[in-house]
Amino acid sequence: MLKVENLTVEVEGKEILHELSLSVGVGETHALFGPNGSGKTTLLMAIMGFPRYKVTRGKIIFKGQDITNMSLDERARLGIGMSFQRPPVVRGVRTRDVVIASAREAMDEHAIDDLAERLNVVDLMGREVNYGFSGGEIKRSELMQLLAQAPNLVLLDEPESGVDLVNMALIGQMINELLQKDRRRWHRTRSGLIITHTGHILEHVHATNGYVIIDGRLISEGESREILECIKERGFEECATCQR
Amino acid sequence: MSKITAKEKRELAQNALNKQSPLGEDIAIENYSGEAEEHPYEEDPSRLPSADKQHMLSVGVIVDDLSQRSGTFIQKDQSAVHYSSSQEGVEVMSISQALEAYNWLKDYWWKAVRVDTDKFTAHAEIGESEGYFIRSLPGVKTTLPVQACLYLGHKNLAQRVHNIIIAEEDSELHIITGCATHPMTAGLHIGVSEFYVKRGAKISFTMIHNWAPGIEVRPRSVAIIEENGVFLNNYVSMKPVRSMQMYPTARCVGADAVVRFNSILVAPPGSTMDVGARVILEGERSRAEIISRAITTGGDITARGDIQGNAPDVKGHLECRGLILADKGTIHAIPELVGRLAGIDLSHEAAVGKIAEEEVEYLMARGISRDEATAVIVRGFLKVEIEGLPPELDAELKRAIEESEKELF
Repeated sequence: MLKVENLTVEVEGKEILHELSLSVGVGETHALFGPNGSGKTTLLMAIMGFPRYKVTRGKIIFKGQDITNMSLDERARLGIGMSFQRPPVVRGVRTRDVVIASAREAMDEHAIDDLAERLNVVDLMGREVNYGFSGGEIKRSELMQLLAQAPNLVLLDEPESGVDLVNMALIGQMINELLQKDRRRWHRTRSGLIITHTGHILEHVHATNGYVIIDGRLISEGESREILECIKERGFEECATCQR
Repeated sequence: MSKITAKEKRELAQNALNKQSPLGEDIAIENYSGEAEEHPYEEDPSRLPSADKQHMLSVGVIVDDLSQRSGTFIQKDQSAVHYSSSQEGVEVMSISQALEAYNWLKDYWWKAVRVDTDKFTAHAEIGESEGYFIRSLPGVKTTLPVQACLYLGHKNLAQRVHNIIIAEEDSELHIITGCATHPMTAGLHIGVSEFYVKRGAKISFTMIHNWAPGIEVRPRSVAIIEENGVFLNNYVSMKPVRSMQMYPTARCVGADAVVRFNSILVAPPGSTMDVGARVILEGERSRAEIISRAITTGGDITARGDIQGNAPDVKGHLECRGLILADKGTIHAIPELVGRLAGIDLSHEAAVGKIAEEEVEYLMARGISRDEATAVIVRGFLKVEIEGLPPELDAELKRAIEESEKELF
């Protein structure tokens, strides 16, 4: 599904990611760990194609196609979607308008209402998108948009931040639906890449592989639970050495 | 002003014929022709020329089917070509006929607007104006709007209009008024409007302007709102106009009066708009809200707002947002608040800028192209929730705005 090869990314002239490589197979979900400012969000933004994140070396291959120079909206239409940690407020534009515009296949009002009800976002649909939303509301609204967009590769930037324990299960359930976790892996058409600080979300969403990124470099890779345990016990730096 | 005689009003006007307006570019009225050919009265407005009807429709004035309206007034150049009312208790007449019919009406003539405000009001008085008289009788409430159209067809004419609108006690009146012109005509529109909202009454006044690149426009409006009265003023101008300057004012003279001004302005290249709204809160607990959205696609906009709190416990909020969509063009937001007592609550927010790139990219990440994302944001920007309109009229206004939005991209 996704192959990142020796990716080097600059933001405003400063190199943030250095020759990073990873790949996510069809139906797989991988997790990204790392301290604040290590470059995890930069990686997702570069994969999504935000112009501020400039790839200076390396390649991004998606569905076998080199998308390194493809524009943001083209990548989205090709099947990459992202849940933002702090999305901007767009005044006057209702969440419903964004959901309708996001839908890859046209959704009628009924389909949207059903989905909104199931995701417990009915009250957000008529509101201006992200305006005055709580942390949990932002996440639910982002996932609603992604479910309409139905991307093949789902990039999730800290889906658990600002979400209380009660809502964590709901968020987890939505992500599982988005990633077709009810199906066996070989029947899935979706893959995921999740940034998680705390690892809480992994209690609800199963990730096979995990990566640790420190200072813009991928320093370790392994089974996601083992990595998380290691980080919890010994911190990021230690974990880097033990996983090598 | 109310106690002065007609003769004195004329003298005041005579002396103000060269009085420049402090705002807006000065206009040499003498360069425009004062008179146009008379247009015959038309009993059945659907028989008006179809090109004229088309322009009227673009500003919400439907003449082929009057069933959605409680009354209609149409003025072409200086002639009232049709007026009628289909609702008992709602009067719609030409102002000249109304002045003949009601002796008391002269007391309302130049009572809200000063005749010597500037050369435009002076010319409206001296040159004699046609215009409309719309009145709802006490207790009469209708949600079907009265429509009024002021149409400019004669090249290089200075059209003079003087309107009086009265909502008697506890009545409710909705008016949709459209101003349009034959395309490419040069001309000047002088429009005086005096609104009287009596105790417990409500007027909603929705005005759509659809002028042309050669037209200069100088409306002069004042509303007087008594106790528990409500005055809602909605204004939309999204088409080119050479120059437009207006600063409609509402005076809340009674306790608990409420005023809301909403305006949507789009200035294409070559258009200069100086548009404001002023509310003077003189009644206890009276309230005001002024909301404006201004977009330049190359023209210049001055968006003014002024709320003055002169009575105990008044409240007012002013919101002025501007969006610059082109490399040329300016938006100058001038929000003003004046408080003259303790215990009043006035606030404002103003913001002018281009579309935030972050918002465009956020929508692009959902698979929307840059152009479409921009359009979605602009549509959202222009979406002003207007309270207090009957649902049909609200829907009509939204449709009119959406139609014009299409031409923005």
